Amino acid sequence: MTAAMPIPIDRDEVLRLVADEAAQLVEVLPEAEYADEHIAGATSIPLEELNERAPRLLDRGRPVIVYCYDYQ
Amino acid sequence: VYDYVAGKADWGSLGLPLEGHAGTETRAGAHLRTDVPTCRFDECLEGVRHRVEEAGWDTCFVVDEGGVVIGRLGRSALRDDPSPGVEEAMTPAPSTVRPSARLEAMVARMRDRDLTNLPVTTPDGRLRGLLTRGDAERALARGRSN
Repeated sequence: MTAAMPIPIDRDEVLRLVADEAAQLVEVLPEAEYADEHIAGATSIPLEELNERAPRLLDRGRPVIVYCYDYQ
Repeated sequence: VYDYVAGKADWGSLGLPLEGHAGTETRAGAHLRTDVPTCRFDECLEGVRHRVEEAGWDTCFVVDEGGVVIGRLGRSALRDDPSPGVEEAMTPAPSTVRPSARLEAMVARMRDRDLTNLPVTTPDGRLRGLLTRGDAERALARGRSN
């Protein structure tokens, strides 16, 4: 089975999902970049570790929003 | 799973909170004077001049109905421009920076260009406030001493 493709969303939808559905923000950049700056409240899970760490760190019952630096 | 495709660059550019070594406190958006006066382009200059002076300012931003900056009335325009209206006296399309701009870079920019302040807007041009050189230098000094 393959994972579903993430659904692209904009900033307003991020704000709505966090406020209304307690969405979990996940920065998938390397940890050094997360340490430098990250969206307040986000969790760091570098992309290459996502499959291994996500099940342990994230709540399956809440939406997950992944992000990078910009449109990359 | 959702993908916030515009990422943290977009988030920071709006002045939304960032954490980390280079978090919100190191950015222009956290040190703004948000009470900087604004006016509309079709106002009478004399009325704006009085309002700005009473508020203790020597600059005023000209904004449209959506709060987007379209011009600026500087010290000389407010002091002695003979034009009757704001539109004739304003400097159109002033240079602006984003709330996510790093304080260190903004201080260097103001020093290099001999500026006393920088207007800060969102990417779509809405005024967030004014970053003064004094405020930015003090915040930078505090950050270095912590």
